[in-house]
Amino acid sequence: MLLIDCPFCGTRPETEFRCGGEAHIARPTDPSALDDGAWAEHLFVRSNPRGLHAERWIHAHGCGRWFNAVRDTYTDRFVETYKAGEQPSHPIDDARA
Amino acid sequence: MRRFSLASLLSEAVGGHQGWGRQWRAPEPKPSYDVVIVGGGGHGLATAYYLATVHGITNVAVVEKGWIGGGNTGRNTTIIRSNYLYDESAHLYEHALKLWEGLSQELNYNVMFSQRGVLMLAHNIHDIQSFKRHVYANRLNGIDNEWLSAEECKAFCPPLNISREARYPVLGGALQRRAGTARHDAVAWGYARGADARGVDILQNCEVTGVRRDAGGAAIGVETTRGFIGAKRVGVVAAGNTSRVMDMAGVRMPLESYPLQALVSEPVKPVFPCVVMSNAVHAYISQSDKGELVIGAGTDQYTSYSQQGGLHITNHTLDAICEIFPQFTRMRMLRSWGGIVDVTPDRSPIIGRTPVDNLFVNCGWGTGGFKATPGSGHVFAHTLATGEPHPINAPFTLDRFRTGRLIDEAAAAAVAH
Repeated sequence: MLLIDCPFCGTRPETEFRCGGEAHIARPTDPSALDDGAWAEHLFVRSNPRGLHAERWIHAHGCGRWFNAVRDTYTDRFVETYKAGEQPSHPIDDARA
Repeated sequence: MRRFSLASLLSEAVGGHQGWGRQWRAPEPKPSYDVVIVGGGGHGLATAYYLATVHGITNVAVVEKGWIGGGNTGRNTTIIRSNYLYDESAHLYEHALKLWEGLSQELNYNVMFSQRGVLMLAHNIHDIQSFKRHVYANRLNGIDNEWLSAEECKAFCPPLNISREARYPVLGGALQRRAGTARHDAVAWGYARGADARGVDILQNCEVTGVRRDAGGAAIGVETTRGFIGAKRVGVVAAGNTSRVMDMAGVRMPLESYPLQALVSEPVKPVFPCVVMSNAVHAYISQSDKGELVIGAGTDQYTSYSQQGGLHITNHTLDAICEIFPQFTRMRMLRSWGGIVDVTPDRSPIIGRTPVDNLFVNCGWGTGGFKATPGSGHVFAHTLATGEPHPINAPFTLDRFRTGRLIDEAAAAAVAH
């Protein structure tokens, strides 16, 4: 089980959290202007890197707030957590390892 | 290839079994091949085998970064069934099940396919309605599946606890009698041996580090740790690492890779006659011929390439196992492990062309790919040989995420991962 550092509550066990998938995927401001390929890219395509991955977590059984984390998907080690709306201080990998 | 037979067994018994020899070669890579398959798991090896046997294409290499069958092929819980809801999936998995039924004879290699039946338990009204819908849909597709009452479930699987006092009482179950298990290692080895005998080069310890493309963008080969290998066509069958390999060709995939865990108990005498699954309490279990109870857990909630998962995931599954089978509460678990599964948004595989010419992909089998191994290899070999999909894999395009023709089998997974 992972230990996760909630930016609001401190370090807590993973079972208090739910993972919300890849972070920083902005919903297109004008979806109807997109063609089907661009819309599919937004809905379905994910970077899925082996390396540093920015992802969303919610402290569901704690403060109930969403935040972001950078985690190394090869070691499962958390590099940093930061509040929603902020940017990570570490460069994020794409699918390339 | 030296065939296994009673005569060869007797002659080797006399000679102290010293003359069997290696079952496949360890060749050096040739400069180029007609087809290069990236990934030496069951699906990749089956693809190579059917390219050679069905399509006569033997100038083929299977490129594997580790050893064959060392990834998810050797890590799954070996369950085989075809009782999927939608027509497209039912045809695909039934195609595989029919190939399973003759596979040991076809390969001259005992894959220990055992049609011991897969029983899926219903614990609530929704389960009953859903499973009955599956039963009827399967029958329309000519696939055996039947509804059993709780007492009939108990008769089919005596260790089952059907007490009304259980936290989630068993209300009935759906049984596919033709479903069962096989020995996963033997599947990889049997296909490898058969493919090698027909001239396919199996290149182990050979990791793909890049996909080379010509000026027009078409794939012309792969860069590997053993040098460049040219190819007229490249088939990527890399399971959890598909996103990484496809990224080398500049193709972003609708995939996420998750750890999926399994565990086995200490070996005991035959105590469990079939495979039992329960979506509602999240457990599935069978007994291997070695005597170990083989138990599958769920995926972790985060993407990972670590090939390990959280202990609370397996613990949760064991809670459910002990609830359904109280006699197992004092058994000890021998070992647990994880594999990395590539999951698509609609939980159905992707088998076919990619935006890059001469580059094909077979991926997205998620938590349930082992059962499809022969069928997957068979239709992917057709796709690689002809450049066009087989009618069975035609719906499973990468393009369906753009067109919206999804095959939403999320609820049909073994357990709801």
